[in-house]
Amino acid sequence: MAAVQSVRHRALNRTAIALVLVVTVIYLIPIYWITTTAFKPRSLATTVPPTVLFKPEVTSFVKLFTKRVQMIGEVDPEIYKKAPWWEQRIYDLGERFIKDADGNIEPSGYLSRFMNSLIIAISSTFLAVAMGALTAYGFSRFRMPGEQDWLFFILSTRMLPPVVVAIPMFLMYRAVGLVDSHLGLIILYTAFNLSFSVWLMKGFIDEIPKEYEEAALVDGYTRMEAFFKIVLPQAATGIAATAVFCFITAWNEYAFALMMTNRRAQTAPPFIPSQLGSGVTDWTAIAAGTVLFLLPVAIFTFLLRKHLLRGVTFGAIRK
Amino acid sequence: MLSTLDPGSPAARRGLSDITIRNLFIIPTIAFLIVFNIFPLIYSLGYSFTDFRASSNAPASFVGLQNYRDLLNDEHVWNNFSVTAKYVLISVGGQVLVGFGVALLLNRKIPFKGFITTLLLLPMMMSMAIVGLFWQLLYSPSWGIIDYVLGLEDFAWLSNPDVALYAVAITDIWMWSPFVMLLCLAGLSAIPQHLYEAAAIDRASRWYTFTRITLPLVSPLLMIALIFRTMEAFKTFDLAFIMSNLDSTELIAIKLYRLAFQQWQTGPSCALAYMVLIMVLAITNIYVKYLNQAKER
Repeated sequence: MAAVQSVRHRALNRTAIALVLVVTVIYLIPIYWITTTAFKPRSLATTVPPTVLFKPEVTSFVKLFTKRVQMIGEVDPEIYKKAPWWEQRIYDLGERFIKDADGNIEPSGYLSRFMNSLIIAISSTFLAVAMGALTAYGFSRFRMPGEQDWLFFILSTRMLPPVVVAIPMFLMYRAVGLVDSHLGLIILYTAFNLSFSVWLMKGFIDEIPKEYEEAALVDGYTRMEAFFKIVLPQAATGIAATAVFCFITAWNEYAFALMMTNRRAQTAPPFIPSQLGSGVTDWTAIAAGTVLFLLPVAIFTFLLRKHLLRGVTFGAIRK
Repeated sequence: MLSTLDPGSPAARRGLSDITIRNLFIIPTIAFLIVFNIFPLIYSLGYSFTDFRASSNAPASFVGLQNYRDLLNDEHVWNNFSVTAKYVLISVGGQVLVGFGVALLLNRKIPFKGFITTLLLLPMMMSMAIVGLFWQLLYSPSWGIIDYVLGLEDFAWLSNPDVALYAVAITDIWMWSPFVMLLCLAGLSAIPQHLYEAAAIDRASRWYTFTRITLPLVSPLLMIALIFRTMEAFKTFDLAFIMSNLDSTELIAIKLYRLAFQQWQTGPSCALAYMVLIMVLAITNIYVKYLNQAKER
């Protein structure tokens, strides 16, 4: 009987593992498809039936970062021969770069959007984590009248739908000239991430034994010194995980960026899809922009893998 | 805690007092959130009783509850709410089924389990807007791979009013099932093995074991996933906004955006925002209750 059971059990196990592999492959197809599209020649990006095997090329990335125009007539063979290989690929398409008077290639909008995304995500992450760590320590170590209510209040600000907050914020920003500014988005993203940062950091700080600080206090440290010299170093992993989560949230954010910016401070998420409507869609360049944008998130996901559960439950579930 | 040190001891008197430090650490955050979240909401509560239009210079005049009355009598708004309800049902239902199912499959010894789990979690970490963008490539009627794989010729997913909402929901399910899976996996792996052994000795059926052991023990975490996803699906803006612009995919958040930022009907949009806000706060309340329960276990 037991032997029969275990044979059945093993067969079931094998089926489950096979199913897991199938599910994983199906799950990764969309990501695989957008990634390979970025390396396809434009003519193969939208074929019927879809092209699976092709010779990868990086022309789409050159197109992503530059402004180009259609060329009238052929390129001068002398110029073609002198041009670097990536410029030759553009000539091959019958296009040329737009250059300024000094011969510098004009960059496309993507580069500045990417930089905006970086500046805004890094600044707001720094602010949210710094304030969040202090506040989490305050809630973790000291008694506060109505503590649960304050923590609920803090978390509830995170749950507000962006559109609901954006309507009055837009009017206020317009009054003080913060529409389409980096500072405006940094403030919004800091507010959005702050509640998350407080909850997650509180979970991490709760786990540091109080005895460490008490020993330090007995040794003559002040509370402040104990916090900066004992607690913060102990919480380093937690701070790093919180920072990465905040960065990803700010990096990915779309709704606020759509409503509060249009050009100067625009981030990548509203910019990349806006390329879809303009003229003839070049999916290889859009895919290239998407892949570059998703790459940091993919790397961070692997770095964070041990903390993902904690992160998505605001620090409530640790395991 | 404060009580651990005798207030009269030399250690407690050095430096700033604990109360000062506590206030110094907590008050800036609370003040920041009040200024940038609560104050704007008070501001918009005021506007919800006026006919203000942010696009004109005309001063706002007080109209009382007119905006709320108009919205509640507006068929279109009711339609937006019912589209949203349908979307929440389909996408959260799908996420729970797929997420829980995959968690059950994964809950055993599997080679490279950690790596596979992380791969499966990738979609949920991505930007909704960007996911919505590249799923358009997959859904394309003429050369998308979904039509090709399913053998449908030129089937339009996102411009067909009957299926567009399902198409968006499928993308949402792809993106967020891993979230449900992650929580269920945590719940499943915490179930003590001896319960299953005891059930096996009693010759309990698989179904009995599943409904009497597995389900009740996973349910606290499953509920957290369910409530959180319900709230997020209710608020969905990015995904549906990027993927489709039909009436049949106009979720309440999209309606709110159009009312506020395309038609510039600031007064009515503030009133609608308040209706949405109250619903979100109600769900948040339930969510936090479950979170705190899970924490205590």
